[in-house]
Amino acid sequence: MEPPRETLQALYRAIFRIRRVQLRIESLYRLDEMKTPVHLCIGQEAVAVGVCAALRREDYISSTHRGHGHYLAKGGDLKSMIAELYCRETGCSKGRGGSMHLVDTSVGHIGSSSIVGGSIPIAVGLGLSIRMKGEDRVSVAFFGDGAADEGVLYESVNFAILKRLPVIFVYENNQFSVCSPVSSRQAGEIIFHRTPSDLMHSCVVNGNDAVEVYGEAETAVLRARGGAGPSFIECKTYRVREHAGAGSDSSGAYRTAGEIASWESRCPLVILRDRLRAERNADPRELDDMEKAVDSEIDEAFRFAQESPLPRGEDVHLHLFCE
Amino acid sequence: MQPSGRQEESRQRDGRYEPWLKIAPEFNEPAHYTGESPSGRRLSYAEAIREALVQAMEIDSSVFVMGQGVDDPSGMFGATLNLQKRFGKERVFDTPLAENGLMGVAVGAAVGGMRPVYFHNRPDFLLLAMDQLVNHASKWSYMFGGAVSVPLVVWACIGRGWGSAAQHSQALQGLFIHVPGLKLVMPGTCFDAKGLMLSAIADNNPVLIIEHRYNFRYKGIVPEQPYRIPFGRGVVRKPGKDVTLVAISYMVSEALKAADELTKCGIDAEVIDLRTLRPLDKEIILASVGKTGRLVVADSGWKTGGVTAEIAALAAEQGFSGLKAPVRRVASLDLPTPAGYTLEDAFYPGAKEIVAAAREIFSWRGSVPEGA
Ligand SMILES: Cc1ncc(C[n+]2csc(CCOP(=O)(O)OP(=O)(O)O)c2C)c(N)n1
Repeated sequence: MEPPRETLQALYRAIFRIRRVQLRIESLYRLDEMKTPVHLCIGQEAVAVGVCAALRREDYISSTHRGHGHYLAKGGDLKSMIAELYCRETGCSKGRGGSMHLVDTSVGHIGSSSIVGGSIPIAVGLGLSIRMKGEDRVSVAFFGDGAADEGVLYESVNFAILKRLPVIFVYENNQFSVCSPVSSRQAGEIIFHRTPSDLMHSCVVNGNDAVEVYGEAETAVLRARGGAGPSFIECKTYRVREHAGAGSDSSGAYRTAGEIASWESRCPLVILRDRLRAERNADPRELDDMEKAVDSEIDEAFRFAQESPLPRGEDVHLHLFCE
Repeated sequence: MQPSGRQEESRQRDGRYEPWLKIAPEFNEPAHYTGESPSGRRLSYAEAIREALVQAMEIDSSVFVMGQGVDDPSGMFGATLNLQKRFGKERVFDTPLAENGLMGVAVGAAVGGMRPVYFHNRPDFLLLAMDQLVNHASKWSYMFGGAVSVPLVVWACIGRGWGSAAQHSQALQGLFIHVPGLKLVMPGTCFDAKGLMLSAIADNNPVLIIEHRYNFRYKGIVPEQPYRIPFGRGVVRKPGKDVTLVAISYMVSEALKAADELTKCGIDAEVIDLRTLRPLDKEIILASVGKTGRLVVADSGWKTGGVTAEIAALAAEQGFSGLKAPVRRVASLDLPTPAGYTLEDAFYPGAKEIVAAAREIFSWRGSVPEGA
């Protein structure tokens, strides 16, 4: 069922915003002012946006090195994120973390790990805390196909099922770990789709279609809130840019330019725009205005970051422990 | 993967069949520091490692290379570049992201008579494989009274800079030096990178090679023929009489820079490159300290419970009578690596800190360099 127009617009806006932020990072990265390894999620935004649209502010997410989209979709503060990329004292991690270590606890983002798979069991632990404290929350683990190679995923899923925890595993299958295609690392379709549905709900969605992702996320969230336990959502998507940095990566060394182009034509924004246009009373200007507003917000965030102070060397010892 | 007769052959490691015995040990590196440029073929650091791998694979069909991205277009900083094209997908292969499982697989293959070289990008990721590396690989010989050997090489490269931050730049040699049964190698020159790699592959026990990303900027003289650098043999990179600077891997370069700086203040520093931490060349350290009476130990890892602590303890326990001043340690701050560059500058020690430490020793109770 097609969601209401406002929902479509909200999804479009969220994806557009993340895209514009990524493109801005990409265009400024060459200036050498963001001295932190960036992993852009261009083309994969619909996964984060679709899932987070089904979440409340207090729900938890755990995220990865490729986490800009998760952070922004969950409502993380844009200025703090950009300032972190500039390694400023005003950054969300006070310049200690960099691009791979974003955090905004005010919206349930508890910090991203750059150890592949490292954040999956932490999401399960958050699920355990929700259960033990009797809270009305859910916990989402975002992770990639590389992380799905790791044994810790099996251990985490098993425990979540065992304890019927309110956890949603969002398997963001962008088909590559650096230059290695998933087919060269995994023996077949991921095993969790074979879990009996009373133990864990599982599904495969087009990860580039935010509406599809959103629909499945809603189902999973309902299930989790209702005490029925975890879900496993595989979102099929594609990393169109380089693994890290700000390059296009169409050298043909491990994939073809044609393959990249075919995924670009299935970009989440294109899909949503088509859906919006199919609406009866679509107004093209509406999108234009929204897009302008997003750009000026981004301008401001970058200005904020660039003008923010750098952490002082003598403060390097701060924050090893919390007060 | 191998014809079984061949496997049998390489299983016989008690000297009856040992292609590795044909490779001469090599002690003499062309002068690394003298300032003159000795002649010889020059290779980049990555090329030196790669040449060792190629020669090992040619010498012994039980050698194979595995790890995440060993077949990447960039070839693990260049160290495994095009190896797969040359030796095929059976002997050079990419692995899933399953560090502990694959470490166990490597251990099993080694027990079965192969000689795996398992590449990890960073020591940080080795932490996922601690169980197989520490609980299994490094115990297997002892636990079974020497009945089973694990000729395994594990390789990882310390990242630094560019905001690599807390989970992509750890210098964990202090953790691994703690583990009996695991040899720990940290080359600092192109020459050593090749010779120590060949020794590691030839060794019948688990060997961990920890590289430093900055070493990959070097080019140096590397002989073409295969050679092995014996473990536990440090080298004096620069002789001196006033103070001993002990370092390893990339910190040797910083120590040499520091030595230059110290010369300007009339302090003649001796720089020792340990090359391996386990086994540790105690003699070279103690002999030098006996001569200079002063010791500064520099390492890229954390200070507490780390490499510098171990060497300082050695000097205190076995070199005390020769010491004229307290030992000084230069190490990374006891903190996770910060991302921001202003913080990185504060975090990483280098030549400046080594110079300061050495000078501090000389101001101790007014002690001055002889002849100064
Ligand atoms: C445990 C571990 N192994 C290896 C790495 C190196 N590494 C960083 S990102 C990455 C790719 C991970 O692929 P995936 O999980 O699919 O995420 P993607 O980068 O595609 O978003 C790898 C191998 C790491 N950070 N952590």
